[in-house]
Amino acid sequence: MSLAARVEEKLYQNRYLVDAGKPHIAIRPHEKPSENLLAMTHICPAGCYSETSSGQVEITPDGCLECGTCRVLCEASGDITWNYPRGGFGVLFKFG
Amino acid sequence: MIEERFDAIVIGAGMAGNAAAHTMASRGLKVLQLERGEYPGSKNVQGAILYADMVEKIIPNFREEAPLERHLVEQRFWMMGDRSHTAIQYRNDDFNEDKPNRYTIVRSQFDRWFSKEVQAQGAIVICETTVMELVSDAYGKVIGVRTDRRGGTIFADVVVLCEGVNGLLGTRAGLRPSPKPEHVALAVKEMHFLPRETIEARFNLHGDEGVVVEAAGVISKGMTGMGFVYTNKESISVGMGCLVSDFAENKDTPYGLLEAFKNHPSIKPLLEGSEVKEYAAHLIPEGGYNTIPELFGDGWVVCGDAAQLNNAIHREGSNLALTSGRLAGEAIFQIKSRKDAMTKQNLALYKKLLDDSFVMKDLKKYKDMPALLHANSQNYFLAYPQLVSKAMENFLRVDGTPKLDKEKATIGAFIKERKWSGLFGDAWKLARAWR
Repeated sequence: MSLAARVEEKLYQNRYLVDAGKPHIAIRPHEKPSENLLAMTHICPAGCYSETSSGQVEITPDGCLECGTCRVLCEASGDITWNYPRGGFGVLFKFG
Repeated sequence: MIEERFDAIVIGAGMAGNAAAHTMASRGLKVLQLERGEYPGSKNVQGAILYADMVEKIIPNFREEAPLERHLVEQRFWMMGDRSHTAIQYRNDDFNEDKPNRYTIVRSQFDRWFSKEVQAQGAIVICETTVMELVSDAYGKVIGVRTDRRGGTIFADVVVLCEGVNGLLGTRAGLRPSPKPEHVALAVKEMHFLPRETIEARFNLHGDEGVVVEAAGVISKGMTGMGFVYTNKESISVGMGCLVSDFAENKDTPYGLLEAFKNHPSIKPLLEGSEVKEYAAHLIPEGGYNTIPELFGDGWVVCGDAAQLNNAIHREGSNLALTSGRLAGEAIFQIKSRKDAMTKQNLALYKKLLDDSFVMKDLKKYKDMPALLHANSQNYFLAYPQLVSKAMENFLRVDGTPKLDKEKATIGAFIKERKWSGLFGDAWKLARAWR
């Protein structure tokens, strides 16, 4: 019972218009992730953050729900840069 | 993209933005509203409960046109144990009135309708446009916005920031700080679809009657947080939210917590056989009165979630957004009619109107609650619900133990957990913060 697999199943229900090649969130290159950046691997409600085999944190923002949790935890320290997707792109809620 | 100059630019087409734009446009102001979603509502997430009074003040006959789900006749508060819940339920047939007080809604549908009403008043609404930054003059007065469209700088006398809890514009311009992890809750939600007869049978409803379930206790694993189940016409909104700072310390995932909530023996039968059609996440401002930023300045005002206007204790947010948006619109209209400038001094009128309304009075009343619940979350959200559950079980299970021994065991369990001083202290602190 992998929770990571389950969140992908949840995201599959949603409608997205991905702005290919223009990720709206980027992680600053690092050797060792900060505590907050590491926490994103379990807090991110879309499971966008994951830990690589060498211990860094990477992001695939395609399934992003644009909630801003990572911005609240990681922007002030410079761990990430956060922008909204271009107008019209990103998650498109049918019900909200 | 637009050469003309506007009286006001409204950022965002959520509750606050639509209220502000409607209020100003209906009074004849030239209003431009910018929304980054494909259509108004496509980026908006809420539980969602709508409070009629606050909509009525903007669109008196909204009940005839607006997409509403169910009017609420019953509220359930559930204190969750591991496999139990202790409930306070209130149902009143008087809530089946001609003009019901509260409804469930589907946010993206409601917002789409609301925006059509705004446009009918003459406001120009442009979607699929992300505003990149506020534009200021040499003296620091906000005079317009720059968008992600070509040649996208637009000018106005005042910018109304209704950009939501995660608004970038105001924070980047240094008008307010970004929310802190201990002042925002992360909520996740799913939409579960079922035939309406099934929903009505499971929740004891007739016609368009609806029920709200708010649940707290062991489901948040000691974090400051709550779960909810709201009935819509043909769907059920199920969600769970906890403070971001608590999530950061705790190693649970929000979707794992939601799964556990859905699988709680008290919740599971309500959802059985449903088809899930959407999964959403959203931040909720929970810091209350003490975290409200500066609400106005030269050429700008801020409303709704962006201004942390949310009453976490009563689960009220959209009505504070509607009211703050409306009052901002009224203040701007008054200043404009006097032919005065949109200076900080003049826009203080917005703050005055807000201070005189329930918005600031309610938030002030509960100003100490967010910090108290956060600091004592292990007691209020984990220890007490478990104790209450055990006490109820002792009370109800008939097994030949004399009642006096059962009472002693129940009281003993409370004292062992918190001691007399802790019990009185917790009650006293809660009562004082509630006052």
